[in-house]
Amino acid sequence: MRQAIGIDRVVKRYGAFEALKGVSLSIADNEFFTLLGPSGCGKTTLLRTIAGFEDVTAGEIALYGENIAALPPEKRPVNTVFQQYALFPHMTVRDNVGFGLRMQGVAPAERRARAAEMLELVHLSDFADRLPTQLSGGQQQRVALARALAPRPRVLLLDEPLSALDLKLRQAMRVELKQLQETTGITFVFVTHDQEEALAMSDRIAVMSNGQVQQVGDPRTIYEAPVNRFVADFIGETNVLPVMVDAVADGRARITLPGGHVLTTDAVEGLAPGAHHVSIRPERLSLATADADLTARVERVIYLGTDLQLLARLADGTPIITRLQNSSRNELPAAGAEVGLTVEAGAARLLLD
Amino acid sequence: MAARTDMRRYAGFGLTTALCLTILYVPLAVIAVYSFNDDRSITNWAGFSLRWYADVFTGPEAPIFRAAAWNSLSIAALASTAATVIALAAAVAMIRGGRFHGRQASYALISLPLMVPEIVTAVATLVFFTAIGVRTGYGTILVAHITFCIPFAYLPIAARMQGIEESYELAARDLYASRWQAFRLILLPLMMPGIISGWLLAFIISLDDFIITNFVKGAGMETLPTAIFGSVKQGIKPNIMAISTLMLMVSVVFVTLSYLANRIGQKTR
Repeated sequence: MRQAIGIDRVVKRYGAFEALKGVSLSIADNEFFTLLGPSGCGKTTLLRTIAGFEDVTAGEIALYGENIAALPPEKRPVNTVFQQYALFPHMTVRDNVGFGLRMQGVAPAERRARAAEMLELVHLSDFADRLPTQLSGGQQQRVALARALAPRPRVLLLDEPLSALDLKLRQAMRVELKQLQETTGITFVFVTHDQEEALAMSDRIAVMSNGQVQQVGDPRTIYEAPVNRFVADFIGETNVLPVMVDAVADGRARITLPGGHVLTTDAVEGLAPGAHHVSIRPERLSLATADADLTARVERVIYLGTDLQLLARLADGTPIITRLQNSSRNELPAAGAEVGLTVEAGAARLLLD
Repeated sequence: MAARTDMRRYAGFGLTTALCLTILYVPLAVIAVYSFNDDRSITNWAGFSLRWYADVFTGPEAPIFRAAAWNSLSIAALASTAATVIALAAAVAMIRGGRFHGRQASYALISLPLMVPEIVTAVATLVFFTAIGVRTGYGTILVAHITFCIPFAYLPIAARMQGIEESYELAARDLYASRWQAFRLILLPLMMPGIISGWLLAFIISLDDFIITNFVKGAGMETLPTAIFGSVKQGIKPNIMAISTLMLMVSVVFVTLSYLANRIGQKTR
């Protein structure tokens, strides 16, 4: 697969603070790639170094094989959708969308046609003569998209573009953004702190924390096979339990769960016997019918509509969350009752700390 | 608003207000009214007349006033324009320049003329011009006016610029605009209300200045305030009231324009 962006050991320092600690990533052509992480993890800084708003302290950034790390933003064939849109308030929607083309020296007639085409793409053809302030948040968002797409960039950078929208609109825009990426065939690099957003749209996700990439993979891998505690904890809801690894052989590990039950699961590279942690997703636990893997005391049952959440504690005090489908077949335990839990085969993921 | 105490309920509110308004505006009103008085006396009302306005333009002192008015207006226009350009450059450096060495000191320097007693600046400026051997006259007035106009132009410009997010310029750069294009096509239009406001304010300050001008003007060189002062020394005649009223009107017009420029600016934010 062709590489769109190659980020090679990029370091960004602000005085003594290291925002990016040697980040390396390879983003493929025509990919919807997401940088996901909590605020302050360096994801926006990384995006800004690709756009050219920040220079890198060390490392290289290649765009389709060409090193762009030293180029100013106007020399980079990438465009950005800003978090607060940054639409020019003194220009009409049409002039906003046509601005990039104007700077590229495209003739007015063609500029107008391309702006109209872009506005049609985002369903805003009737708003060309309005000023940005006369539009709703969602409409401004679309104008920002149209403006960034109009010069046909090779890569589109999106800096938390949905965070200012309300929930309903945000969910609708997810689908629309994904479709837009597929129809235009442009590589999207999307920054967000919202894991659900990342899982819903991305071809691949890079989970970042503390100026470093923790894991890169498709949504399913990230969710189901997190490599470390941070990723397991950050993506979705999970139970992190202390376990003892008794033996490792042929890519499998035999582990002892709290309470003494032994099971076998996939080992991770570099795993040695000893004390470790596993991550078990709440929906991969169920109430045991016979032989239980874990025994816990129920503290509370929370009704969530489609799901039920069972909050319990193991004998050693470790909290454990179980998600059960809301079904009339489930006989719900009462608070204070002792229950046996079954871990679905392969659901206990060993973590490297 | 309803939750706040209504100020009008405080004891003495009406009296204090009346007193303030009286002190501030009655003298101005008296000047304006008596400028239309058909009498040589400045205290006896003898009917409405425009004769003192005619006197300003055609009377014996008319050539002096005309020359002074031309000096005042041209100096105000040049000084406020130069001060605005300098203030704009300063604002860009101070607000977009990041953290540079001496930023605090620069800010103090820019606003210094607001705090130094004007008479001190006046003496210092005169001493400076004498020391470097420059003949006082139109040029020295202009240079002095540019200097003290800078902070007045700077304040509205900086206030406006502080409200403009840097992401606009970044967006322009991202869309292939050079640094200069981003400034000219994005930042400058967005700042225009602040620039106009700053220019008008500087113009008024320059037009109105007496102390510094009086020190650095040199012999035979008059601006309106110094000409008025010179004329008043020989006794207050109604034509002074007429010319004062005219200046007041110019000020009111400029202050209104400055206010409107800011108001329009609020809408385009």
